[in-house]
Amino acid sequence: MAMKEIKTEDPALGAGIDPKTGEFRVVDLNYTFKSVTAKIADIVLTPHTSLGWFALFTVAGGVATLVLVAVTWLFLKGTGIWAVTQPVGWGFAIINFVWWIGIGHAGTLISAILLLFKQQWRNSINRFAEAMTIFAVVCAGMFPLIHVGRPWLGYWLFPLPNSMNIWPQFRSPLLWDVFAVSTYATISVVFWYVGLIPDFGTLRDRAKSKFAQFAYGLVSLGWRGSVRHWVRYETASLLLAGLATPLVLSVHTVISFDFAVAVIPGWHTTIFPPYFVAGAVYSGFAMVLTLAIPLRKFYKLEGLVTDRHMDNMGKVMLTTGLIVAYGYGMEVFMAWYSASHWEYFMMWNRMFGPMGWSYWMLIACNIAIPLTTLWVRKWRTNMTFMFVMSLIVNTGMWFERFVIVVTSLYRDFLPSSWGTYRATKWDYMTYIGTMGLFTALFLLFVRFLPMIPMNEIKMMLPSAKLSPKKPAVGAGD
Amino acid sequence: MPVAYEGTYGMIAEFDTPSDLVRAAKAAYHDGWRRMDCYTPYPVEEAAEAIGFHKDRVSLITLIGGLMGLCAMFSLETWISTLAYPLNIGGRPTYSWPAFIVPAYEWTILFSGLSAAFGMIAMNGLPSLYHPLFNAPNFRTGATDDKFFLCLEATDPKFDVTETRAYLDSFGPNSVVEVEY
Repeated sequence: MAMKEIKTEDPALGAGIDPKTGEFRVVDLNYTFKSVTAKIADIVLTPHTSLGWFALFTVAGGVATLVLVAVTWLFLKGTGIWAVTQPVGWGFAIINFVWWIGIGHAGTLISAILLLFKQQWRNSINRFAEAMTIFAVVCAGMFPLIHVGRPWLGYWLFPLPNSMNIWPQFRSPLLWDVFAVSTYATISVVFWYVGLIPDFGTLRDRAKSKFAQFAYGLVSLGWRGSVRHWVRYETASLLLAGLATPLVLSVHTVISFDFAVAVIPGWHTTIFPPYFVAGAVYSGFAMVLTLAIPLRKFYKLEGLVTDRHMDNMGKVMLTTGLIVAYGYGMEVFMAWYSASHWEYFMMWNRMFGPMGWSYWMLIACNIAIPLTTLWVRKWRTNMTFMFVMSLIVNTGMWFERFVIVVTSLYRDFLPSSWGTYRATKWDYMTYIGTMGLFTALFLLFVRFLPMIPMNEIKMMLPSAKLSPKKPAVGAGD
Repeated sequence: MPVAYEGTYGMIAEFDTPSDLVRAAKAAYHDGWRRMDCYTPYPVEEAAEAIGFHKDRVSLITLIGGLMGLCAMFSLETWISTLAYPLNIGGRPTYSWPAFIVPAYEWTILFSGLSAAFGMIAMNGLPSLYHPLFNAPNFRTGATDDKFFLCLEATDPKFDVTETRAYLDSFGPNSVVEVEY
């Protein structure tokens, strides 16, 4: 990984390179404990909210009202206002659900898996990546809830005692999904909150206004930084990371079971679980970049979210993108190798049928553009390029879900039952509305919560290293 | 158990670097202090070792929680599918345990995670919105920011207001403050 041949003095790469490893530095070395606190806490504690924030929040809130209108109409009219019908019985709701959940997965990957692998660079980005996870799960969770048609009966999904004396059917992946996603949402929130407790303590101690002191004091639970507390805290964080890792892999695996357990050509494949998880991480990292690049620019966080992060995230996207590409390749290969007429036709129809454009969009956005360019380090640290790339990959991953759901269904075994799928304005309103909701929630997070974990950054600073040799002034023993 | 000094929680010394704190904590532990604690803005494992705190029981609580979740969900599924509401799904046996693994697995993780988080909070004695240390003038501005504190508590038999202050002063801290209730 280390590219030793790159000189520290190389002006094109800036001064942020560590001569020992040849990698970009994780944190700007000019930061001290105090300036880390000041930098991160003051973004939250400042009484001055920038006009840009209000403008963005207004736009995001406005877009979010679309979802409110669409869902209200849906509850009045029923799912008939969507384009779902025979033969495409699953439409935007499931596409958007899978897409949003997938985006959330990168947050857990950064906060949990990279913690287990002791990848310290994750410390700067894990807080907002986790926030992204939670808000993505909020958006995702809405879809299964509203697509049941009669959402007031949504509690039927859970094994709750009821007067009808009926119980859920535990052999269906759709029910497994209920448990996977609800567990995922709960654990993500808990993990996020545990991480926030010490930082709430810092905000409480730094806040000037009585209200902020009270509010942050309450949520900090009275955190005072005792090392005994820290030891238990570290154990709990590590355990939560260890638990979140198999959880995040299981969530998208279970979601892929929703498809793979069915006997529809194009769905009934064993490659789905790993390929879904890789795709999830791929789109999730793209979303982290979409959020991180403007954030670090507006709040001048280049010293904390450095080129190293951009470079590494680019590498993760490249890796997961290659896994996804392997998945696509395998699907095509198996369609041919299975010698099944239906599989073969499905793949031919997916590529060259009336909706073939969506397949080629997916190939272009997920494979052709990113996997040819992300190899270049200079481009991986070019923010404009990475921002555009992240949008392209997110579009591509949305098309992947679209291709899997729609093009597997619209021309099934019997030509007499063939049909097509064209989303209605309500479908689009719900989808675009969730993006507004997500952005609005994220803006609130950026304004009121520390978006970078202060204590974890302090751990990485050189001044956190113990120096046993240098005697303290007037040491007592 | 010796009687605590009336109105005094303990004596805290403020340090600028983690190394100074760890050195002082080690020496104090070596000199027989036991009712003591360190306060740091980020986890300093060496400080915990220095005051003789090695083992925490968060892992045990997590394990117990996880096993409870596993048993709870698996037995619920078994009871529902075989006794409460048996359904014939494609002729499969009512006790089709492989299918029950997935929700049971999720609940194992759910319960372990909740046990880890709430177990940690409870064992830390949180929430406790008031603590005598917050009365120390320099604690609030430093402990969660950039200062490192060693606190020798009044409940320790070695505690004495004047002697302890002199003892802490010998480590060369920024300041030594008496903490009042």
